[in-house]
Amino acid sequence: MKFMRQLAIIMSISFIAEVMEYLIPLPVAASIYGLILMLIGLITKIIPLHKVEDAADFLVEIMPILFVPPTVGIMASVEALKQMLVPLCVISVVSTVLVMVVTGRVSQRMIRKGNGDARDGVSMDGAVTQKGAIQ
Amino acid sequence: MKDMLTQSAFFGVVISLLCFEVGLFLKKKTGLAIANPLLVAVLMIVAFLLLFDIDYEVYASGAKYIDFFLTPATVSLAVPLYRKLSLLKKYPKAIFGGIAAGVLTAMVSIFLMSLAFGLTHEQYVTLLPKSITTAIGMGVSEKMGGIVTITIVAIAISGIGGNIIAEFVCKVFRITEPIARGLAIGTASHAMGTSRAMELGEVEGAMSSLSIVVAGIITVVSVSVFAMFI
Repeated sequence: MKFMRQLAIIMSISFIAEVMEYLIPLPVAASIYGLILMLIGLITKIIPLHKVEDAADFLVEIMPILFVPPTVGIMASVEALKQMLVPLCVISVVSTVLVMVVTGRVSQRMIRKGNGDARDGVSMDGAVTQKGAIQ
Repeated sequence: MKDMLTQSAFFGVVISLLCFEVGLFLKKKTGLAIANPLLVAVLMIVAFLLLFDIDYEVYASGAKYIDFFLTPATVSLAVPLYRKLSLLKKYPKAIFGGIAAGVLTAMVSIFLMSLAFGLTHEQYVTLLPKSITTAIGMGVSEKMGGIVTITIVAIAISGIGGNIIAEFVCKVFRITEPIARGLAIGTASHAMGTSRAMELGEVEGAMSSLSIVVAGIITVVSVSVFAMFI
């Protein structure tokens, strides 16, 4: 029953999120409202972590399977896919590299320039990799 | 026989689960990022449906019970983020600064390249959420009027591609701080890249999985602005 109750809480938040999607005139999907509601609930401890975590971990774990049916829907969009296949591949690959480089460089600079306490807890790892990089 | 399949609520569910299992098996056997279970499962199902001349609708009539769980699963993403909240409080500048810079880079680069390729508004908004986790990206694409299935393909390319090149990119561009590496991988290639980040180290893995949801939320806001540009 514990699992069912956890699922019931998650489903209830999903339902409230759907109502919000209907009422709020913003281009935001219900699932995002739900995610934020759940996060606020956890932070404020209105929803204690142990009341949802087993069901939530299960759902997050099986998530890749949930993408299978929508992706098979590509069968219905083959024409649209063909039309943009080259830009799709180029844009996806190039922007992935750019995002990785910029995110990494910016956060690295902030860690190194920022307050020294930012390195606590990772000093070992950091020292090892840094040494490797210098050599 | 086809009538029977049309009525069956289990055909779509069973074939989805079975093909995903095959994908998991291949992934385990080969250890290759390209042997992504989602990719393998989808290719197998599409081949099966085409081979036996079964309509997508027949498959979807059962498979819809699987994606019913998508919204609750996305809501559940709050739990792993909540567990990582102490990290966020410890390195707020590096995390928010890095991820925000990354999301902005994604938006600007996709905008410029879409402009160069002469893409339509529909194609452009299809690609805008390509760096974020599928669950959030699907919702963004749908709300903006994109082609959701193609968004998923772009997300998979970014995830699998990022997984493969992550180590090389970090080396070439001298991203050596574990925190920075994790943030870079998670922001650029979401959950599929995170599996690689976890292999690089514990700090990398934690930062990468934190970035998935943070980048997703920042992207939701940014896309609504950038969608207006084409």
